[in-house]
Amino acid sequence: MAVQAIAFYLLATVTLVAGVCVVSARSPVHSVLFLILAFFSAAGLFVMLGAEFLAMLLVVVYVGAVAVLFLFVVMMLDVDFASLRQGFARYMPLGAGVAGILAFEMIMVSTAVANGGAARLNDTPQASGADISNAETIGRVLYTDYIYFFQAAGLVLLVAMIGAIVLTLRHKPGVRRQVIADQVARGPKTGMRVISIKPGAGIDE
Amino acid sequence: MTIGLAHYLAVAAILFTIGVFGIFVNRKNIIVILMSIELILLAVNINLVAFSVYLHNVTGQIFAMFVLTVAAAEAAVGLAILVTFFRNRGDIAVDDVSVMKG
Repeated sequence: MAVQAIAFYLLATVTLVAGVCVVSARSPVHSVLFLILAFFSAAGLFVMLGAEFLAMLLVVVYVGAVAVLFLFVVMMLDVDFASLRQGFARYMPLGAGVAGILAFEMIMVSTAVANGGAARLNDTPQASGADISNAETIGRVLYTDYIYFFQAAGLVLLVAMIGAIVLTLRHKPGVRRQVIADQVARGPKTGMRVISIKPGAGIDE
Repeated sequence: MTIGLAHYLAVAAILFTIGVFGIFVNRKNIIVILMSIELILLAVNINLVAFSVYLHNVTGQIFAMFVLTVAAAEAAVGLAILVTFFRNRGDIAVDDVSVMKG
């Protein structure tokens, strides 16, 4: 139990400190790296809860895809990030006040729910069904009860992919591109013509 | 010292608050705003998974997966819009975003 408590407090502290660093780091590159650290620690928290599948998903999807995407964009854009930090000090008191009130309220509600809600009856965390792994538990529910939602999630990703491509694709003017339809439609009639030339005269194009 | 549901909920609440705070203080830096939104969604996921585990009901984990999906899609489209905006304006100041209106 003591080991579990130490691991929890370590992971929770790293997650929260990394979160604070994400919003307060001077360089967005540092922000992205702290974001990756926060995701890793949150994955550790998920492992502690027993939700291994989601923990691995968090590492693969967030760290492997989303954070790297952020890193790409941050490094690709040539932006003066110092000017974007204007107003940090001005909004700080308001933001801190709102955040403090929000945190206080949410912790009060969470504690009340945790101690008085339905979850108080189950003292033991249990992420999987009896005698099956966490991934199998999720799979059995996901592919039966939630199959339509699963398909819809795939559709959301497809739309996002097409949207991102359409938004960022650009055709440079002046660059000749291969048009396959024109090539296929080209036949003897359009491809060549017969010109009768008088003897001794050239062709005037 | 037993770690219970309340501990995980407190972590999620503080992480959510950090995300909101990040949106407040980084008003001009849209990249950090997007990262703050990711933090908020991570806090939501921690909440969902903690409740799922302590209620012995796997639905919360399924929902967390869908939140993850939507977060990935949102990040992709948001960054694509950001790149397009940067190409057109040469800057990513959020104050000028109103020029995107048609």
